[in-house]
Amino acid sequence: MGMVDLSSDFCGIKSPNPFWLASAPPTDKAYNVERAFEAGWGGVVWKTLGSEGPPVVNVNGPRYGAIHGADRRLLGLNNIELITDRDLETNLREIAEVKKRWPDRAIVVSIMVPCEEEAWKAILPRVEETGADGIELNFGCPHGMSERGMGSAVGQVPEYIEMVTRWCKTYSSQPVIVKLTPNITDIRKPARAAKAGGADAVSLINTINSITSVNLDFFAPEPTIDGKGSHGGYCGPAVKPIALSMVSEIARDPDTRGLPISGIGGVTTWRDAAEFIALGCGSVQVCTAAMTYGFKIVQEMTAGLAEWMETKGYETLDNFMGLAVPNVTDWQYLNLNYVTKAHIDQDLCIKCGRCHIACEDTSHQAITSMVDGVRHFEVMNEECVGCNLCVEVCPVTDCITMEEMVEGTDPRTGKPIRHDYANWTTHPNNPAAMEAAE
Amino acid sequence: MTTESVRDVAAGRLQSADYLANFADLHAPMTPHEAIVEADRCYFCYDAPCMNACPTTIDIPLFIREIAAGNADGAAKTILSQNIMGGMCARVCPTETLCEEVCVRETAEGKPVRIGELQRYATDHLMERHTAHPFKRAAQTGKRVAVVGAGPAGMACAHRLARFGHDVTIFEARPKAGGLNEYGIAAYKTPGDFAQRELDFILEIGGITVKNETALGRDVTLEALSDEFDAIFLGMGLGGVNDLGLEGDDAEGCIDAVKYIADLRQAKDKAALSIGRRVVVIGGGMTAVDIAIQSRLLGAEDVTICYRRGREAMNASEYEQELAQTNGVTIRPHLMPKLLERGADGAITGIVLEYGEAGPDGKLVGTGETLALPADQVFKAIGQSPVTETLSNAGIELEAHRIKVSDEGRTSHPKIWAGGDCVRRDDDLTVVAVDHGQRAAQSIHAALSR
Repeated sequence: MGMVDLSSDFCGIKSPNPFWLASAPPTDKAYNVERAFEAGWGGVVWKTLGSEGPPVVNVNGPRYGAIHGADRRLLGLNNIELITDRDLETNLREIAEVKKRWPDRAIVVSIMVPCEEEAWKAILPRVEETGADGIELNFGCPHGMSERGMGSAVGQVPEYIEMVTRWCKTYSSQPVIVKLTPNITDIRKPARAAKAGGADAVSLINTINSITSVNLDFFAPEPTIDGKGSHGGYCGPAVKPIALSMVSEIARDPDTRGLPISGIGGVTTWRDAAEFIALGCGSVQVCTAAMTYGFKIVQEMTAGLAEWMETKGYETLDNFMGLAVPNVTDWQYLNLNYVTKAHIDQDLCIKCGRCHIACEDTSHQAITSMVDGVRHFEVMNEECVGCNLCVEVCPVTDCITMEEMVEGTDPRTGKPIRHDYANWTTHPNNPAAMEAAE
Repeated sequence: MTTESVRDVAAGRLQSADYLANFADLHAPMTPHEAIVEADRCYFCYDAPCMNACPTTIDIPLFIREIAAGNADGAAKTILSQNIMGGMCARVCPTETLCEEVCVRETAEGKPVRIGELQRYATDHLMERHTAHPFKRAAQTGKRVAVVGAGPAGMACAHRLARFGHDVTIFEARPKAGGLNEYGIAAYKTPGDFAQRELDFILEIGGITVKNETALGRDVTLEALSDEFDAIFLGMGLGGVNDLGLEGDDAEGCIDAVKYIADLRQAKDKAALSIGRRVVVIGGGMTAVDIAIQSRLLGAEDVTICYRRGREAMNASEYEQELAQTNGVTIRPHLMPKLLERGADGAITGIVLEYGEAGPDGKLVGTGETLALPADQVFKAIGQSPVTETLSNAGIELEAHRIKVSDEGRTSHPKIWAGGDCVRRDDDLTVVAVDHGQRAAQSIHAALSR
């Protein structure tokens, strides 16, 4: 793997690999951060610092809730922890010490202070003095701090984002990363505001408002604190699809195209990271996977990414960064002449019948369950719309695949396979298209 | 023929702690954690092969999903509604040739979902905690049904009839109800007096009276039952074990395996049972495996199962054969008993067997070559004989020495149904007997409702 260079230069912040720990409990102290660096993490975003003075206090009851898959595999994690509850001076001192000991690693400091110019003006020089590589503005935290007008309360108002970002660019010479909340309707608006304020980069997503479960004895949300619960912030593998979509929106928006993005949301393996980078991210941030399995997971991530890059012939992250962006498009531009049919590999099929019942009960009645008195699952091309549901419910990898029809006639529609491209904008059933034709 | 060897048959071969360990549970019950992990493996198949392979058609995917969702008692109800002896079947079913053999995880990974153990987890959960019987009786119909035999077929039939609101009287020949669950199944498969606990559970439904030590033909007649009751279900199982057809069949040391196992099951102290140092078992079914393993567990040094055909033809499943072998039993196929060797006192000292092979017509023929095995005891486990005299006298049609019945368990007599081992149908398994009993109950109910 000598060919592959995983090093990253993210808006001027250098790290030996693109894997950073996100601002969260794993990065609250020198002890944790140094363990992370020993394990191989390329960088950290230090857990969010608040203003000088008495630190915030956390609840003393449970802070986390979760969604589990089979075998209690943790799929989604929710937390109601606040920003650091340690003294500002202690944090600043530790940041300086750790940076001195680990000069090759990226240390970005997350900050959240009241939405007043003086508050930012006061803390920014203190952070810069530590020798840290950059700052991340926490405009995303959706619980607790948002009730005090900070975190996502700022991130939900593009004008505030732009204003605070501008203060930071005024009072700090460091790279400014604006961390965005997903708890909005259109992620492009806050991203554009950050760029307008002079941000060097954005990072997303922060956590999503969530209640993971309701305790049926107390009739209260989990985690339950003395009989009550409050919404928390949701993260982990379950949120990755939402994060990828929001990242892609910013990456392909003409107003923000080219703005560096640090991708966050459910990164668990090298493959997740590669996907974020393919959608234009220059680094990825990880929290839940580390909180589930410990810091060692980064070894799988760096090795896996390097192995895959080597196989593909990519020498640096730049070689494939953003390659998927041009292929993210609107539904209306998808090729309606592209026809696929599901195909079941009978040698791999274990005959669980889930493809059949999913199709029969909830879709298009296109998969047999019995042929000549024998349990047999096979796609009926004359009914198959190519929806892919059977692929997704099949427990065996690659047993069911979607095959493109390259010639002949689609037995479902009776129409010949066409090789030209045609989309909804020109389809005769589209009222708007008909209007244009008139 | 006589030999000089000294017979060695003795009780108390082991320390008392060894008996407890040897006859403890074959599989420890699943812990809640194990059950959840295993339940998560089930794919919830459509038209599930496991369910179709179950003689009582238990909705296996549904009960496993209920376990996974934290509803073990609901899982038990799903099981028991199809098979009231779901607890015993979970312990004794040859799942490796039924539900687990066809599990798609077996196809995919060679490791089926452990359905039997999950079924035990659910049924134990309910039976250990329930405060009320999970099934209610329908309004009483005033109809009365006689059930002969309190084994799995009879008990399952009685429970289903009681649910329908009929009153049931069970006539059982032995001192205790339960049939082979109480007297036949290997002790390590049903420790902790489970057969009697399950029996008590079944009787909670109400409307069932059990009369023990009341044998058909000895204490009651079919004619009398026919006069007194609206319908009769026969589930009396089979009689004694078939003889080898050799001189010395009744000699000291030539033992009916079924009877020995019954004594073993009833023995409070296993150390009181006499067992030979060298034991030969003749047969190839579950009884042969059960007596062979239990002989080892009682301290027999050298135990050999001799079966006349190849191992693939044995009724004992591959799993059961492996269980025998891990317990130190030698299985020798293609050996037919030819001669029982006896000492001066007439007691068994060994057995001579002839190698056999399939002849041109598939029938077994001897090769002429023989093997002499020294043995202090020879156990006969070559199938049980039906007791049929009283039945044919009462005008019940037989077929191959068993009672002829329809799919719903009707005999040739309009008021009499039958099921379990005494009928000519299917395998002789607990789960099959339960199915027979329940089907017959449906049919009796339909007849009585007309």
